[in-house]
Amino acid sequence: MQSILTPGKRQGDLLVLLEEAQRKFGYVPQEFMAGLAQSLGIPLSDIYGVATFYSFLATKPQGRNVIRICRSLPCWLKNAEIIVNSVAQELGINPGETTADRKFSFELTNCIGACDIAPAMLINSDVHGELTPGKIARILKSYK
Amino acid sequence: MPEKRIVLRNCGIIDPKDINTYLSRDGFKALQKVLSVMTPEQTIAEVKASGLRGRGGAGFPCGMKWEMARNSPGDEKYVICNADEGEVGTFKDRYIISNDPFTLIEGIAIACYAVGAKTGYIYLRGEYHHLFDLLCGAVAQAQNRGFLNHFTLDIREGAGSYICGEESALMDSIEGRRGEARYKPPFPPSEGLWHKPTVINNVETMMNIPQIILNGAVWFNQMGTERSKGTKVFSVSGDVKKPGVYELVLGNPLRELVEGLALAERVKMIQIGGATGRIIPYDMIDTPLSFEAMLGAGGVAVFNDSRDVVDIVHRTMEFLAEESCGKCSPCREGTEVMLEILERLSRGKGESRDLRILPELSEAMMLASLCGLGQAAPNPVMDTLRYFKGAYESQIRENVRGVTA
Repeated sequence: MQSILTPGKRQGDLLVLLEEAQRKFGYVPQEFMAGLAQSLGIPLSDIYGVATFYSFLATKPQGRNVIRICRSLPCWLKNAEIIVNSVAQELGINPGETTADRKFSFELTNCIGACDIAPAMLINSDVHGELTPGKIARILKSYK
Repeated sequence: MPEKRIVLRNCGIIDPKDINTYLSRDGFKALQKVLSVMTPEQTIAEVKASGLRGRGGAGFPCGMKWEMARNSPGDEKYVICNADEGEVGTFKDRYIISNDPFTLIEGIAIACYAVGAKTGYIYLRGEYHHLFDLLCGAVAQAQNRGFLNHFTLDIREGAGSYICGEESALMDSIEGRRGEARYKPPFPPSEGLWHKPTVINNVETMMNIPQIILNGAVWFNQMGTERSKGTKVFSVSGDVKKPGVYELVLGNPLRELVEGLALAERVKMIQIGGATGRIIPYDMIDTPLSFEAMLGAGGVAVFNDSRDVVDIVHRTMEFLAEESCGKCSPCREGTEVMLEILERLSRGKGESRDLRILPELSEAMMLASLCGLGQAAPNPVMDTLRYFKGAYESQIRENVRGVTA
């Protein structure tokens, strides 16, 4: 944790630091936020306010891989709901949940800018488009 | 009428990982011209004369924005490229960055020279993290070739927030805060990032700059309509056979884009400009594509005759209510009230007073919301009430056949 909190950081670095923690730990731990509050001289509540504002930052541990299926209109027109059900069935969890082995967290997200290959989803930072129920198992298997 | 690829001229032709392929197509010649034989004021004058308007949705005259920032007192100034493309149905900037990051970098470099900014930022939405390495690589190559010596270019990433595409929320985000809209005035060219004069331009706006410098303002302003010069890159999706990115000279009819290029059939309505954009019924499909017709960032979602109008507006409002930053009451509360009404309407449980409340609430939100999200959230509601009133009336419970009280 200390490696992220190098001296000389300011409020302007806050989102960058939170993103770094998210990448490193898979979420933003409370201890990390407390450490940031101290080193940046910002109230912990403000830090918490920033961390909870952004949907790609989590304050509770997530799975190793985060699936985000787009639920916006262009994907919905291309049957994104069927994909949501396929993923839920494949993993045995609903949106908002994490698998017991902590391999996957499953979320619904808003437009990811892949409307030309709808229906689409992000797994971590990978875009998967033109999804069909038949493709889901193979895609999920390719992740550790 | 075919596309005219000016912004997209290098896409699919150069290697986005290799600056040499860009240099062989006049890459960085515009920047060199500007740095060697043009003053910042002359550069700004050229952009002003071109008539280039912002391509991110607001359509503000680009040259005027640069001039305001240049003329603002102080030596510390910033240029930000808004790559937070979050508007629903919009993916042109994703396409641009993944195919030609170099033109973008050159445009930003020219902007920094013109405005007098020593620091430039590209704010890349978190959902486009898959482009981060490519973009960093392009910046590094440009730096190594000495093209970026007059300023520092930094890439900042978003973390999943639509409102951070709004310029003032974007600045708050770079400052390490929640992305909340700011009271305006002051506007960014007077007081922006860290209260310093700041120019914020969309990716596509920046992409136009090198060609304007090389070919001249007159070349640019001969294309388009009286108040909408040049081309616009459109992202087309939904009920179309050929979704994708298309660039057309402004003034072309919407029909050309939707039916001619994207091959849509049985169109009922078209949403232009995303969730906060306009809804155009099929019988207005010959509307010329222009800022006068409220293009937004050019996201075009097509809905065919199988789609339910009220359901679509309901889903649009779901998005907006969730993404509202929550700072101002008209938007925070207004979107929630609209959502509740639309949810009931979509289930056939509407009340007749809903059709009175929606326009009243719309007016309040348009007048009093702090930023474009709240001001334009009523657009899909108002447009569909105007063009598809019957769709709403049929969802009022008294009108729904077989409903029990």
